[in-house]
Formats: sequence, structure tokens, C-alpha cells
Amino acid sequence: MAKLIIPTPLRKFTNNQSSVETRGETVLDSVRELTEKYPELRQHVFDQQGKIRSFVRIYVGDNDIKSLDNEKTQVQQDSVISIIPAIAGGVCSKR
Amino acid sequence: MKLEIAEEALQTMIKDAENAYPDECCGFFYGKEKDHRFIAVAVPVLNSKEGDKRRRFEISPEDYLKAERYALAHDLQLLGVYHSHPDHPARPSEHDLKQAVPYFSYIILSVQQGKAAHWTSWQLAEHGAFEEETIQGNNNKY
Repeated sequence: MAKLIIPTPLRKFTNNQSSVETRGETVLDSVRELTEKYPELRQHVFDQQGKIRSFVRIYVGDNDIKSLDNEKTQVQQDSVISIIPAIAGGVCSKR
Repeated sequence: MKLEIAEEALQTMIKDAENAYPDECCGFFYGKEKDHRFIAVAVPVLNSKEGDKRRRFEISPEDYLKAERYALAHDLQLLGVYHSHPDHPARPSEHDLKQAVPYFSYIILSVQQGKAAHWTSWQLAEHGAFEEETIQGNNNKY
């Protein structure tokens, strides 16, 4: 059973739970399990094709799943999965 | 949501914004929320945007993870993100809106010719637009 950490901005969708225990064998299974439990989270984590949104990063421990096996990354009982929202912005207009 | 910012936290943000000029700075702030948000601590982080940092900022996932852990370790809430707009108004851009996440307060500091001139705070509303937040005692709004 892995531990899935909910980022602060999304805790309003998980009844303020900061973490949830999941039984999935992969990262994708685990995150799906979370969004099934808290459906309002789905639009913030998955795109319309059911893929993890480009603005969201997933880490297992201190490792980006992009450096592992992406969504198919296997999780262990003691794995800690973190959902990380992209934080960016700026003026952006042309000078 | 109304914000109250501890003077030290405000000075940290101002100093970071002025030191980073003409680039954009960025960081997190932490505190407590009850009937309003009290910002106790601001912590600068690296603007990891590759390319023109004068018009963009980005916070790495690693720094985000550290921020969540910092909040936990210090029994504080991660309340939001600040960044600067060098020689631009303290108003959110389209890019700010596109990247905004719920719940967080977004403090924007306008830096004019190297000096922090104005600061405002914004929160993403349910309808997908930014709503301005009141900063207690802020006489440097625009």
C-alpha cells in the first residue's frame, strides 16, 4: 500500500486530507484510485484523454516518473507518490 | 480572502524582487489560515525558467516538493506563491492565469527601475478568473 501525497492546492478536493493510502501496483493505478475516491480531483490531474495533465508532475520518492517508467512505474508498499502542480507564470508580454 | 503579511515576510519578498531585477523572482510563503490568511514567512526559490527570466518564472518540481516538506516540518500552511513583474504592473498576466492553481494566493510585486513599487494578491476563483485579495495595511497597491 503506497502513500499518495496531495499537494496543498488540491486538498480542498480531498476533504483536506494531505495524504491517501492507495493499493495500486503502478503510479497510474494509484492516481486513478485517488480520483475515483475524490472525483472532483480528476479534472486537475487527468486531461480529457485520461492522461496525466502536462501541468502536473508525479514523483515517486525524490524521482520524477519521467526518469522511471512514467505512468507505468511500479510502486511498492513503502513508496511515497507526490502529485506536483506546475508553478509558473510571469509578465510574458513582448517588450 | 484577506491577507495579513508579517513585515519580515514582506521585506523578504521586496528584497528578492529588487535583487532579481531585471529578472523575475519567485518564492513561496507560509502561515496560517482562519478567518483570514496570515503570512508569517516568505522563502525565495530559484527562478528555474530556461530562457528569458525577465518575462517568465518557473519553480522546479524539486523546489515545490521542498516547499510542501518545509510547511509540514514547521507546522505551517503553504499559502501561495509570490513573483515579480519587472517594469510591469502588479496585475496578473494571461500566462499567470493559465498556470494558476486553486487555493493559492498569488502575490505579484511590480518592480519599477529596480525598486519594488506596488504589490497585490490574487486567487483563482471557481469561475476560472483571478479575484483580487485585500492585503491588510497595503498602501502600495497601484
